Amino acid sequence: MLKTFSIGGIHPADRKISADKSIEVLPLPKRVVVPVAQHIGAPAKTEVKKGDLVKAGQVIAKSGGFVSANIHSPVSGKVFKLDEVVDASGYRKPVVIIDVEDDEWEESIDRSETLKTEITISSEEIVKKVGEMGIVGMGGATFPAHVKLAPPPGKKCEVLIINGVECEPFLTSDHRVMLEKGDELIVGIRILMKALKVDRAVIGIENNKPDAIKHLSQLADKEQGIEVQPLKVQYPQGGEKQLIDAVTGRQVPSGKLPIEVGAVVHNVGTTLAVYEAVQKNKPLIERVVTVTGPGVSKPSNFLARIGTPVSQLIEAAGGLPDNTGKVIGGGPMMGKALSNLEVPVTKGSSGILVFPHEEAHRKPMENCIRCGKCVSVCPMGLEPYLLMIETEKELLDRAESDNIMDCIECGSCSFTCPATRPLLDYIRLGKGKVGQIIRNRN
Amino acid sequence: MNQKLVVSPSPHVHSGDSVSKNMYGVIIALIPALLASLWYFGIGALIVTLTAIAACVLFEWVIQKYLMKATPSISDGSAALTGLLLAFNLPTNIPIGLIIIGAAVAIGIGKMSFGGLGNNPFNPALVGRVFLLISFPVQMTSWPVPVASRFQYLDATTGATPLSVMKEGLSSGASFSEIMSEIPSYLNLFMGNMGGSAGEVAGIALVLGGLYLLVRKIITWHIPVSVLGSIAVFTAILHFSNPDDYAGPLFHILTGGVLLGAFFMATDYVSSPMSRKGMLLYGVGIGVITVLIRVYGSYPEGVSFAILIMNAFVPLIDRYMKPKRFGEKIKAAKVQKQ
Repeated sequence: MLKTFSIGGIHPADRKISADKSIEVLPLPKRVVVPVAQHIGAPAKTEVKKGDLVKAGQVIAKSGGFVSANIHSPVSGKVFKLDEVVDASGYRKPVVIIDVEDDEWEESIDRSETLKTEITISSEEIVKKVGEMGIVGMGGATFPAHVKLAPPPGKKCEVLIINGVECEPFLTSDHRVMLEKGDELIVGIRILMKALKVDRAVIGIENNKPDAIKHLSQLADKEQGIEVQPLKVQYPQGGEKQLIDAVTGRQVPSGKLPIEVGAVVHNVGTTLAVYEAVQKNKPLIERVVTVTGPGVSKPSNFLARIGTPVSQLIEAAGGLPDNTGKVIGGGPMMGKALSNLEVPVTKGSSGILVFPHEEAHRKPMENCIRCGKCVSVCPMGLEPYLLMIETEKELLDRAESDNIMDCIECGSCSFTCPATRPLLDYIRLGKGKVGQIIRNRN
Repeated sequence: MNQKLVVSPSPHVHSGDSVSKNMYGVIIALIPALLASLWYFGIGALIVTLTAIAACVLFEWVIQKYLMKATPSISDGSAALTGLLLAFNLPTNIPIGLIIIGAAVAIGIGKMSFGGLGNNPFNPALVGRVFLLISFPVQMTSWPVPVASRFQYLDATTGATPLSVMKEGLSSGASFSEIMSEIPSYLNLFMGNMGGSAGEVAGIALVLGGLYLLVRKIITWHIPVSVLGSIAVFTAILHFSNPDDYAGPLFHILTGGVLLGAFFMATDYVSSPMSRKGMLLYGVGIGVITVLIRVYGSYPEGVSFAILIMNAFVPLIDRYMKPKRFGEKIKAAKVQKQ
């Protein structure tokens, strides 16, 4: 029996059509749009002005606090403008727009392909370095990575979990990284282990990626304390709390962080970025992005600079199909539908998914027939049908005591509902309102 | 590009499940029982089934169109399912007029008066059946003899059900084993060769349909297992403490509406609890009340009443039997080494 998490879960068709496509380097765009808030926490403070010349890897916005991250120029060129544009979230965000000229990198960055296995710096220096290099969680949550490497006083990390689950249908960027950057990943894991002073790391990979399991198992066998844990395919196993449960059997209590049960989780993309930051002095200025969808003629995995417009990635994957109805930043379960295609790739962009018209629309909702399927699939053990009613009726104190804030917004409830009720839409609304009440109370 | 992009919140994919798929799934699961019913009760079963379905669908359509001024949604299959289940709970020699009254009560009072599909606290088919049972006790308790009455309808030869034979026998002082020699064998009971309502007799067909519901994941095991389990345990305790005065568990499970009730009536989505813990409590409640009515009550059969009584407790069960939240219990176990 393969391990998996213990409550709820669904099995959407995985449709990983780009799984066998090697990572290709995307040509440089003519102009990049770099948001200064690409992470959870305080936005970074812009340090350049119009007309400045920048090199790839140069800091253009400085971390705005402990929970924040530096932003580096992904290209060399001239700052065209500081502006505000609509990003993938749909809100206007401050950005630095840079016109690309040549491809000149900071001299300190080692751009060679040589694998550097020896870790020369101390734990504290690693944490500092990861912070300086602007590394954030690349699975989509974009939580600054150095914060997770510095457990609060009194808490001890017992196991480092590397998230190679990639449970979102369609997405394959982590899968390709595991296949093509295995050696670098292993060094990255050792760096993270050193930073956390932990002697055990587990790479969690779902069983639908046997090649990645095999490859990393072979590499991990040569290392002390690193192992691969194959997992039963089940969404949302890539959720941090679900993965910890699947790997260790421990459940992070409501409102607490993973360190509460002695675990720290990092995504494989993040781990690779940590390797490059620490061993190669390379800031997070490019990432692997899957471009895929049922009508996309050339589904691909691109290594793209941060700030590249989505339209250019779609062009490189064979162009936008005629019957396109929806373009999603991220996977089909948790990704955001984009309103325009000029939004840039950011540190959290794992994929661009193009859906034809037939798949772009929701079915009209029907009456709730109380089938209970939303309750049985909820991985947090919540009652989505009830949270929807409580939000609708403004029974926010009831919603709070029914643990609405525990919802991880995985969408399993809405996915499953036979009456196609917009359960998660209402729960998000309720979370917003309850969150406001909680903040006002404190 | 000249076309507008659709923007909507996640998730952007759906399982493809729908209300009507679930309703038609239950109807498919009832087909074996329907065939068995036609085999045993012939023309009477046909008339009762067709009338009940047609009447339920018609009442739903009329009420939605003319009273609620809404777009009728009879194609979702829920009215047809109510009709089929109502028919399964009626004797096959019941006059058409009574079926129509039953359908009007089931759909009109049991379902639409609460707002239609999803809002009814009680199982509509059982509301219709119990209304008829209380209002027309004579017609509702005369049971055509299986096979022999195949080509008869209102004039069908009638006989007693095993449950009423048992009830009368035990109260007149006969022992359980003596009575068992007068009624069909367990095999015949399981095959459905006994008097009873149209769709409740053929245990084998109901179990088959129930398994289909479980395999298609239309229902989970919690309600049927807790209903059947609690009936078996309760009657076994009574029987083995006093084998002469109380019928055995197998007899109780194979007779009357237990199998139909456990797999198809108690599992009705709308009127059953949402959490698995709640489903178990609800199922045990139905089992216990059924046995109490059968053994200590004045009616020989109690499944319908038991389900309706437990339906009334569902809001309370939902309020207090919450699913186990993630992280409620921190597992003390150390990280296991592989």
